[in-house]
Amino acid sequence: MSTVDKNMPILIVDDYKTMLRIIRNLLKQLGFNNVDEATDGSAALQKMRDRSYGLVISDWNMEPMSGLQLLQEVRADAQLQEVPFIMVTAESKSENVVAAKQAGVTNYIVKPFNAATLKTKLTTAIGEF
Amino acid sequence: MTAVPQKADLEARLAALSRSQGNLDPKDLVEVIESIMTTMEGDVTSVNVRFYSEIEALARYIHETKAEIASLRPDEITDTHLPTATDELEAVVGATEKATEQIFEAVEKIEELTAGMDEEVSAKIVEAVTMVYEACSFQDITGQRITKVVNALKHIEAKVEALLQAFGSELKREPGQAPATPPELVDQRPDGDLMNGPQMPEDAQSQDDIDALLASLD
Repeated sequence: MSTVDKNMPILIVDDYKTMLRIIRNLLKQLGFNNVDEATDGSAALQKMRDRSYGLVISDWNMEPMSGLQLLQEVRADAQLQEVPFIMVTAESKSENVVAAKQAGVTNYIVKPFNAATLKTKLTTAIGEF
Repeated sequence: MTAVPQKADLEARLAALSRSQGNLDPKDLVEVIESIMTTMEGDVTSVNVRFYSEIEALARYIHETKAEIASLRPDEITDTHLPTATDELEAVVGATEKATEQIFEAVEKIEELTAGMDEEVSAKIVEAVTMVYEACSFQDITGQRITKVVNALKHIEAKVEALLQAFGSELKREPGQAPATPPELVDQRPDGDLMNGPQMPEDAQSQDDIDALLASLD
């Protein structure tokens, strides 16, 4: 039995409209329709302080605030630190993954990715659905 | 030979060198040489000659290097080639983004239509649509790669500009100077000057513009 509320708000963060749309559509296919978007870390942080999200899916390479900076801010904020955070990025070097892990990332998806990978990582981050 | 006649001779030769080389100030060089000579004792004739010879060779080398750099036309690189390459690459990103949006529009409509379809057929269509979504991530990846190249070009542009600043006006284009583009890179086809590839969006004419132009030529 699913324990995940598919109506929970999800925030996706990417500076490329294409990727925002891909993730939004894939989430829709998985039954998640309550999705907000932001195009960099600072905009995402503002949204997170204005609304409670059940999951953040963020790119890394963005300006002015990167995905890693966003993750660090989230983990340092007592109100936000428990929110599952999935990094979706083309940065695939080991040091990137290590840095993200040290910052408290919940999961890490390397671009380009497929729908099955997204579903698997979502399940790991928020539970079976 | 004593130092006094040597100095007069040196000044005369440096003045001649200055006339032939441009902005060489003989007074400065004489001061340098004199300061070196005053540290020496005894007859320094052979040393003097060798120093003079070295300085002359150095001046000639600098002049030749400047001429070689000028022949590369760094001004053309910063004024034309690099900005053009940057604009073209940014246009590629814009064009692929636009095309990707159109693909999304089409497949999202197809996906919406599956709501009223047979479940088995619907599942197959959704599967295919998902593959299209996944494939569209190429735009994000290529966009990032091209952005890296654009940034590298801008970095090169800044370095060349710094080189131009360091050398001053000597490297700027002289009227009548031959173009730096090597002959093998010049399009030799009769209509080569008409083949410039896709126009930048702000310069491009619409199909209506083309139709109107054609009609005006009837």
